[in-house]
Formats: sequence, C-alpha cells, structure tokens
Amino acid sequence: MKTFLLCIMLIAWKDIRLEFRSREVVISSLVFAVLVMVLFNFALNVTPDTVDIFAPGVLWVSFVFAGVLAMSRSFAVEKDKGTLDALLLCPVSRDVLFLGKMLALFVFMIVVELLLLPVFAVLFDFSAFSGTLISTIVLATLGFATLGAIFSSMAVNTRSREIMLPILFFPLVAPVIIGAVERTNGVIGTDTGIVGSGRWLQLIAVFDAVFLVLCPWAFGIVMEE
Amino acid sequence: MEKINKTQLARKSAVQSRWYGNRRRTFFLVFALTLMVVDMYLIFVWAPTESVMGHVQRIFYIHVPMAWTAFLAFFLVFLASILYLPVRKAPAWTRRWRLWERNPIWDIVASSAAEIGLVFTTLVLITGPIWAKPIWGIWWTWDARLTTTLVLWLIYVAYLMLRAYSSNRSQAGVYSAVLGIIGFIDVIIVYRAVDWWETQHQRLVVSFDRFDVASDMRLVLYFSTFTFLVLFGYLMWQLISIKRLEITIRQTKDKLSMAKIRDARR
Repeated sequence: MKTFLLCIMLIAWKDIRLEFRSREVVISSLVFAVLVMVLFNFALNVTPDTVDIFAPGVLWVSFVFAGVLAMSRSFAVEKDKGTLDALLLCPVSRDVLFLGKMLALFVFMIVVELLLLPVFAVLFDFSAFSGTLISTIVLATLGFATLGAIFSSMAVNTRSREIMLPILFFPLVAPVIIGAVERTNGVIGTDTGIVGSGRWLQLIAVFDAVFLVLCPWAFGIVMEE
Repeated sequence: MEKINKTQLARKSAVQSRWYGNRRRTFFLVFALTLMVVDMYLIFVWAPTESVMGHVQRIFYIHVPMAWTAFLAFFLVFLASILYLPVRKAPAWTRRWRLWERNPIWDIVASSAAEIGLVFTTLVLITGPIWAKPIWGIWWTWDARLTTTLVLWLIYVAYLMLRAYSSNRSQAGVYSAVLGIIGFIDVIIVYRAVDWWETQHQRLVVSFDRFDVASDMRLVLYFSTFTFLVLFGYLMWQLISIKRLEITIRQTKDKLSMAKIRDARR
C-alpha cells in the first residue's frame, strides 16, 4: 500500500517538476481562464444587479475551459517526446500510472483555480474563502481530472486530438458542472435552494467515486491498444 | 474437383449478389414495411383524436416508441461493449460463444446499435419540438427529460466521432467500447443531476406521460412500439451484415495484395 502511494506520488512529481521548469500549463490556463471571463462579461453584460446570477456560471465555465487546456497537454507531452512508451515500461501497474497522471492534472487544475478564485472574488464581488466553495472546487476538480486523464490518453492517439478531447469530455462531465454551479449558487447567488446544497455535493462525490473505479480499469485497456 | 468447387463458389456468390440479398432478410423487410403501413393507418385514421391537444397529439405515437427504441439501442451498445473488451480469466463457459476474446462481432453490434440509436434520437429531438410548439407555445424547454436526451445525443455523437477519427480499426473498437461503457453509466448520473436541477428552477412541468391515455390510444402506442422494434431489428440485421461484408472485402483485398507482392518477387 505504501509503495502504491509512493509510486503514484513519484509519477505525479515527475509531471510537477516538468511544469516547474517549463511553466507551460499553469500560465496558459490562467491567461485563458481570464480571457473567457472577460468575454463572458461582454456577452452577458454583467451589472452589479445581475452579478449574483451570472457569477457561478462564469466561474465554472472558465474553470472547465482552463482545465481542458491542461488535460490536452497531459498526454500530448508524453506522446510528442516519446516518453509514453518509457512510462509504460515502468515496473508498476497501469492503475498506478493512471492515478499518477491524474494526480498531476488535479494539482495543476487546483493551482489554477485557487489563483483564479481571488481574481473572481474581486471582479464578481463575493467572498472567496468559504468552506462550501473550497470543498466544491476540490471534489469537482477531482471529477474533471479523472475523466480528463482518461479522455486525454484516448484523444492523444486519435487523428485529431485537439478536437476529440473537448467533444468527449464536455457531455460526460455535465453532471459535475451542474452540481458545482448549483452548489456555488448557494454560496454566491441569492438562490433559496429547494434542493439542498449537501445533495449536490453527494452527487459530485458519487460521480467521482464511480469514475475513480472505472477510469483506471479503462486506462489499462486503452494502453494495451 | 477444383472446377466443381469454383462453380459452386460462383453460384453461391451469385445468390448473395442479388439486389434483395438474403431471402429471409427480404421477408423481414416486407414484414416491417407491412407493419409500418398498418401502424400509419392506426395512428392517422383509427386512433381517436385527443380532446385537448387535437391532431398534434398523434406525433406522440411516433415520438415515444422511437425514444424507447433508442434507449434500447444504447443499452445494446453498453452490453456489446462489455462483451467486446477482453477480460483476464474469463469463465470457461464463455469460450463457447467467444465472449471476452475481442470477438469482432460485438464491436459490429455496438457500432451498428449506436448508429441506429443516434438516428432515432435525432428524430426524437426533431419530433419533440414539433409537438411542443403548438402545445406549450415554445419549441424547447430545459425539462429534465429533454436535457438528458440532448446530452445522450451528444455522447453518442462523440462515440461515432471517436470511431471515425481513430487511427486504426482495432483502436476504434477498443476506444469506442470504453466510451460505450463509461457513457452509458454517465447518462444515469446525468439524468439524476438534470432532474434535481430542473426542480431547483421549477421549470414548465408538462410531460408526455402526464395526460390520461385512453385504452385505444394505449393499444396504438404499443402497436407502434412493436413496429419500431421490428424496424430496429431489420436495420440492425442489415447494418451488421454490411459491416461483416466490409471485413470480408478488406481481408480479401489484403490477401490479393499479398499475393501480388509474392508474384512480383518471383
């Protein structure tokens, strides 16, 4: 068990060290998320009266868009440099490989989101550091990273990987986005909430649990190919 | 000896190349078409006109059976995907049917069912708004069932795109089987999420199943469902045999090119 966790950490650490040197993923995702948010501001014409209605949606859409950028890099880097084969030769099981890559992706996305959160809090006028919001972000990002890692590993081998990843990812991740937006509504918005916010957290947790079991198994099969 | 074999082969291929193909399948097609004609008669003439909605309600007899058939098709994709993917240490009794040995037939079944299911879902998404406009006054509402159907449609569009963009056939089979399983399980969670989301915002809550269905109408609905199931069965049969023929053609071509290379070397 200890070696299992250690191996996962080592694989994730490899990606994080690479990121420290290139600073490719975090910077580009950050800039992209801010751009998305600015565009939404033009599209929705956000005023101080309507800011509560739009803030949760804009927040999560820019998180997800920024996340897709990080995901597309996750396996593309390995494929382009030819290190994917070396990674597969590691004397660890495929589950460990998957969880390591997923953990690195999760860390990148969380870092980007935590950096963005204060910016959003200033621009959309809400208090960023509530426990509900942070727990939602952690659980939802776990769901994004799990599905993102498996689809990234699939999309990277197809003929048009830049197109395939978002097309695979967005429809399947819809329940997490719905849950996260609704729960954020409870914190930021004026929503009274007929369905309690705990229920949304349950939904996201169930999603995470299901795909944390399914995706490592699927990764083993995908990598056999 | 070889000559006889050749004539037999020629006769056999002549039988297969007739325009109506296999005779049993032609009978099945005639059966499906007859059912369809009877079904149209029942829907447009025999079924009583609904008192509140009028004639518009008749689209319901096409819309609902197609939706049910589409769900059945996607369930079939899920099952065939499970059977296609290899399993370490599969139980001995499965060997007889070549389950879990990457038997190409399951890939063919899954992709055919996905294609037909997608066509049916598209028609469901088209006939729904046609019914909704005169009844609700709007083409579309973000009702739980509608939203889930739209997400379902997007997932299976992604499924077929993944197949189309894969770099080779065996990759297409394995990747799409993985998506066939993940996607189907995801749809259940999507429905739950969208259902809560809808109650949260208290949207227009009118559904097809809310109004009272008279017994005559129910009979027509069941007959129509049967008709669409038969049509689905026919389309599956046709698609599966086309895809099997494609595999045969590809294998034959490969053999021919190999033979050509061998002859050139001589």
